[in-house]
Amino acid sequence: MSDWPLWEVFVRSRRGLSHVHAGSLHAPDAAMALRNARDLYTRRQEGVSVWVVPSAEITASSPDERDPFFEPAADKPYRHPTFYELPDGVKNL
Amino acid sequence: MSAALCLGDDALVLSHRLGEWAGHAPVLEEEVALANIALDLLGQARVLLSLEGDEDELAFRREERAFRNVQLVEQPNGDFAHTMARQLYFSVYQELLYERLAAGEGPYAPLAGKAVKEVAYHRDHAEHWTLRLGDGTAESHERMQRGLDALWRYTGELFRPVEGLAEVDWAALHGAWRSRVEDVVGRATLTLPEGSDGSGWSAGGGRQGVHTEPFGRMIAEMQHLHRSHPGATW
Repeated sequence: MSDWPLWEVFVRSRRGLSHVHAGSLHAPDAAMALRNARDLYTRRQEGVSVWVVPSAEITASSPDERDPFFEPAADKPYRHPTFYELPDGVKNL
Repeated sequence: MSAALCLGDDALVLSHRLGEWAGHAPVLEEEVALANIALDLLGQARVLLSLEGDEDELAFRREERAFRNVQLVEQPNGDFAHTMARQLYFSVYQELLYERLAAGEGPYAPLAGKAVKEVAYHRDHAEHWTLRLGDGTAESHERMQRGLDALWRYTGELFRPVEGLAEVDWAALHGAWRSRVEDVVGRATLTLPEGSDGSGWSAGGGRQGVHTEPFGRMIAEMQHLHRSHPGATW
């Protein structure tokens, strides 16, 4: 329905993980958006928690700003924690 | 008359009716919601009919008069509000019934315990839509009221005792259903029709195999493929 606002859906697949953007949908209000999200994005046991956020409420970086935003991080390898050894048994990192 | 057949046919027939929305629902999101509900019901129907015999044989080879579903679930979809009125009446009933079966120690307790969670979502979905359509625009209000009115006469049959479900107090079930539906309908600024919900005359006979005219066409479509290609697999 074209006059229904767009919502972004975030799904947490397991306890301990963070919510991940799953997609978007149309719904007349937040309660219906949450239910639609459940029906569209958790049909195959994808989640234990769902967030919906009005797309209009998201402030996003612009592609025009890509260089000033992200380019400066490219040549700073010392920011990466590459000098640690990962213990066995640490998952989801 | 077996209770498994009654409950299984309710689930099977409503599942098929909801499946008819595929490709026709007002929005894509709602189409998936209705299909999910239909699949939940189909799963319940498979378990219940398997208690009675071969599920495919029962679903696809029985004649109209051998089906034991209530007449409410076989009613055509109508517009979206009409379908939501049918969903509200039936899912509130089914949730209350399964709650009671789950709490008992009868043969249906395990199924009911699992299915009651599915049905609680169906009821929640129907309630939300009843509230939105009833308290929405003048047109949505009118359509929702029309759906509630048109299907009211089929609600009395829900509370006629089903043999083999001794753990259910049908009068109490009816009372609980009535107050729950009344609450939602009232909040939606709608009204329930007077009378004929079982206290006076109401339609019925589905449990005895007497069905309304649209049901014959529905099962003709539902059974067509199986009857045209008996034993086919893929």
